[in-house]
Amino acid sequence: MLESAISCRNITKKYGEHTILKNLSIEIPKGKITTILGYSGAGKSTLMKHFLGLVKPTKGELTILGNEVPNLNDDELRKFRKRFGMLFQYAALFDSLTTYDNIAFPIKEFTKLKKKEILKRVQELLRAVGLSDESLYKLPSELSGGMRKRVGLARALALRPEILLYDEPTTGLDPITTKMVNDLITTTGRTENTTELTSVIISHDIQATLKISDYIAFLERGEIIEFSPTKEFKNTTHPTIRKFLDLTTH
Amino acid sequence: MTMVKNIFIRFFEYIGAQVLEKLEGIGSFTKHFLDISYWTFKRPYRIKLFLDQFYFIGNKSLFIIALTSVFSGMVITYQTYIGMKVMGAYTLVGPIVVLTIAKELAPVFSAIIVTGRCGAAMAAEIGTMKVTEQIDALEVMGISSRQYLGVPRVWATMLALPLLNLVFLFVANIGSWFVGVEVLGIEEAKYYSKLKSFVSVSVLFEGLIKAAVFGYIIGLIGTFHGFKVQGGAEGVGKGTNAAVVWGMIVILILDYFLTSILVKVLYEYGV
Repeated sequence: MLESAISCRNITKKYGEHTILKNLSIEIPKGKITTILGYSGAGKSTLMKHFLGLVKPTKGELTILGNEVPNLNDDELRKFRKRFGMLFQYAALFDSLTTYDNIAFPIKEFTKLKKKEILKRVQELLRAVGLSDESLYKLPSELSGGMRKRVGLARALALRPEILLYDEPTTGLDPITTKMVNDLITTTGRTENTTELTSVIISHDIQATLKISDYIAFLERGEIIEFSPTKEFKNTTHPTIRKFLDLTTH
Repeated sequence: MTMVKNIFIRFFEYIGAQVLEKLEGIGSFTKHFLDISYWTFKRPYRIKLFLDQFYFIGNKSLFIIALTSVFSGMVITYQTYIGMKVMGAYTLVGPIVVLTIAKELAPVFSAIIVTGRCGAAMAAEIGTMKVTEQIDALEVMGISSRQYLGVPRVWATMLALPLLNLVFLFVANIGSWFVGVEVLGIEEAKYYSKLKSFVSVSVLFEGLIKAAVFGYIIGLIGTFHGFKVQGGAEGVGKGTNAAVVWGMIVILILDYFLTSILVKVLYEYGV
């Protein structure tokens, strides 16, 4: 039995009369890559917001790295979020800052490293995501979509997070860059981290998911209808998932 | 009968929805104000961000403030001279213009210019960061977006506006002197002696206090509408527009109430 990094037990989230998550339970294993698949509007983003403590469940228990997240106050939540890294769908780089400043941003905020040490760390991170020093002083507007994603990933890794969240990491990228990002997800996170890194990916890119994930969960109308290791997931007989797999793999 | 009933129901539904929307707006603005107040006193203090904003609001507004103030001073002097000449009291033009500018025009005009220039920029910048998930990125890193983006802007506007108000007053008076003495031919000695008789340093305080309050409000409204932005480019446009419109409306309304209070405090009670 693997140790859980994220444990959701009977989570329900309602906005007024509208139920987004229904009695959802999932144990996301520590040190593994878990992808949450699902159609648009299934509740994937809401679930991600719960992980970050941006949203509280209406009902149920949510334990992340031993913390009961809904019970944390604002200050505790801010400290807790430093244990996360997140790669946003469109990277969400600060557009007035250079690549260096973007990656150095969390380092400057939360460590007491000197300028030289920060530069060294930023260069290490850039190399880890396959970029050279040439892009160090470029603004996000001067970078391609793929490069921005990689800078976003470098920033997410800057504080050596314990959990790395990816929101649709390959959306809008060409096939070559998609492959590069997928390779980064499987390799970079692990080599960058001294402790075991847990990766959680929100996606509907089934091809990539099958290649890079250790575990896959399928979310439908706020419920997890399947959660299993990738090998088992491929052979599932659940009609909705079979339809999803067949539609997206052919 | 059913149709009339339906119209009534729809009418009350509409009124109810409007009231709820306005109450929600007041509630979220109050929360924004409380957040900014709370984060003002929480470490780390963002001195560099404050100075960047202070430079943008203060220094970058200097030229436009100077340009508008010199012409405002000139035109008011002209109009006042015409009126006062009829009564034979044209030597009072100097003090009348100075008092008008110091107490009303300098704080209100400076505030309106800063709303158009900086309030709009705040809403647009923060709004764009919101729709491109940059604000979420800050929050996910454990940084309060209100503290990082809101507090420096609000305080920079509050402290820059009184200084811009002084610049407005100084330059407008140069314009006033030029038109009064050089163009309309008021004797320079009389112009200065009347100024000395009617204008004291305490006149400045009223304008400075107003400017500081207006500055705080402009910063608060600009950042509020930035954080409130939803959707994409259209949302940013709406937020920017709302920041300018509400900024100007609130300044003009607040001006009356501030004047009533300050007149009582500064003159009647002699503070």
